[in-house]
Amino acid sequence: MTPEVEAGVAAPPEEQGVVARAKVRLESLGSLARMTGQVFSRAVRPPYDWGTLIYHTESLGVRSLPIALLTATFAGLVISLQFGYFLGRFGVQYTVGRVVVLTLFRELAPVLTALTVGARIGSGMAAELGAMTVTEQVDAIRALGADPLRKLVVPRVLACLLVMPVLTVFADVVGLVGGALVVKLQYALPLDLFFQGALDAVLLEDFVSGVFKGAVFGVIIGLVGCFKGLTVEGGTEGVGRATTQTVAVTSVAVCLADFFITKLTLYL
Amino acid sequence: MRVARRRPEPSTFEFHKPTSGEQLIHFEHLTKAFGPKHVYDDVELDVRAGETLVVMGGSGTGKSVLLKCLIGLLRPDTGRIVFQGHELTHFTEDQFIPVRRHVAMVFQGSALFDSLTVGENVAYPLREHFPEMSEDELRKRVAEKLALVNLPGTEHLMPSDLSGGMKKRVGLARAIATDAEVILWDEPTTGLDPVTTQSINELINSMKTKLGVTSIVVTHDMVSAFAVGDRLAMLANRRIVQVGTREEIRRSTVPEVRAFLDARRAELVPGGAS
Ligand SMILES: Nc1ncnc2c1ncn2[C@@H]1O[C@H](COP(=O)(O)OP(=O)(O)O)[C@@H](O)[C@H]1O
Ligand SMILES: [Mg+2]
Repeated sequence: MTPEVEAGVAAPPEEQGVVARAKVRLESLGSLARMTGQVFSRAVRPPYDWGTLIYHTESLGVRSLPIALLTATFAGLVISLQFGYFLGRFGVQYTVGRVVVLTLFRELAPVLTALTVGARIGSGMAAELGAMTVTEQVDAIRALGADPLRKLVVPRVLACLLVMPVLTVFADVVGLVGGALVVKLQYALPLDLFFQGALDAVLLEDFVSGVFKGAVFGVIIGLVGCFKGLTVEGGTEGVGRATTQTVAVTSVAVCLADFFITKLTLYL
Repeated sequence: MRVARRRPEPSTFEFHKPTSGEQLIHFEHLTKAFGPKHVYDDVELDVRAGETLVVMGGSGTGKSVLLKCLIGLLRPDTGRIVFQGHELTHFTEDQFIPVRRHVAMVFQGSALFDSLTVGENVAYPLREHFPEMSEDELRKRVAEKLALVNLPGTEHLMPSDLSGGMKKRVGLARAIATDAEVILWDEPTTGLDPVTTQSINELINSMKTKLGVTSIVVTHDMVSAFAVGDRLAMLANRRIVQVGTREEIRRSTVPEVRAFLDARRAELVPGGAS
């Protein structure tokens, strides 16, 4: 088992045929899967580097919180606005609290947080590790007797795993407050009706499933960002390509994972 | 019943103090390709203890790849690399760790960790290889190595504060922090001004005379090659086309070597090659 993470193939994919491109993508997916296994087997075995983990968790959390809160507030505002209007049309506007809380907790808070903050975190990691790769700092870590997966990837992936669920909870709270604001100001429904409806409707598992999604999305974001960074090819230009690819790949992966986790949690 | 292993486990690596001149490293029938791109077809090379061997070659001929294969950062496709009787080719990543303590690499762009101070950069391999070492001992060793590369008292500086030549020196101090016996230099003088180049050449030579280390220097800088090399090898057309002393290389009739020497002469003396 070596931490030598290899990208698919040397020639840039855009110059090849469809089959060759598909092959490159598949190979790259294979190495990502291998790296995932290596990262987790290292994460659970000592020595644990708590200091580095705390450092990354703190800096990710602090940097991401403003965007996460802003996104969640407006998400709460807009779904409340929409549902308030259409539920009113069906004559059941009083149920808006229930609908908003379920949509928010189960879907919007984790997914929007992952798509905005997560894409940013992931591409930041790809840029940082990509720069280290092209300047041979990753090679240097190995040459000096250390393990880049342990030193660079494990703390970042674990930090994402910790930060994303916490951000999701924050998003739940501010999104709900935003929703309540609209209900009060726009539709003049009493606030206690909104919150009572929300409390009646929501089960612990709705909340947990959203937080769980946040955790899974966090792992995806951390792994993809680090993988793209470690497999950069072609100098500084390659770093730019890796960051944009990270945004695309994490967004698609988050949406796919969202579907399957939802399916799982609904029928469990 | 025990199932026989397909490949015998390589013995754990131990470094023995070599007698000067004995064969230390042997590259045999090495091939390496990245996807469709073949870097080596059949590379053969010997390195003797205590010498400075220079490997010359144009950009992209695989000079860095050769050094990285030796310490397991890259793996050759076929062929063998033998180090004091240990066949490194099938070593696992973990088995390479002791090899890396004795064989240090000075990277082309220095590859200093830009988030760490100079002192922490030099301490890095010590923390990895000797986790039980005390902070006092660590500080002492770091100061000693920085003094050896003529940068005493620079522990608190950040890599971004340093010039190219100073970065190279810190890179060397970090590489030799664990008292490596073999130093791999990846283009140590590329991109440096002539005066700094001169001082780096002197540093390479002083490592040999002061510490008795064996060096492999890869470079395309001919002046530097002749200033530091006991023997010179030429990498071209995916093989080592010639190995010899300075004199033998200077009088070489091998076309690839001549082309390289003459191109350099033309650059130094305008119109000199015609
Ligand atoms: N990790 C890698 N992945 C793909 N190709 C590589 C890798 N490392 C080196 N190469 C290719 O191998 C060839 C030799 O590289 P290198 O040893 O860095 O050349 P140089 O002699 O300039 O040091 C180059 O063409 C380079 O593109
Ligand atoms: Mg090179």
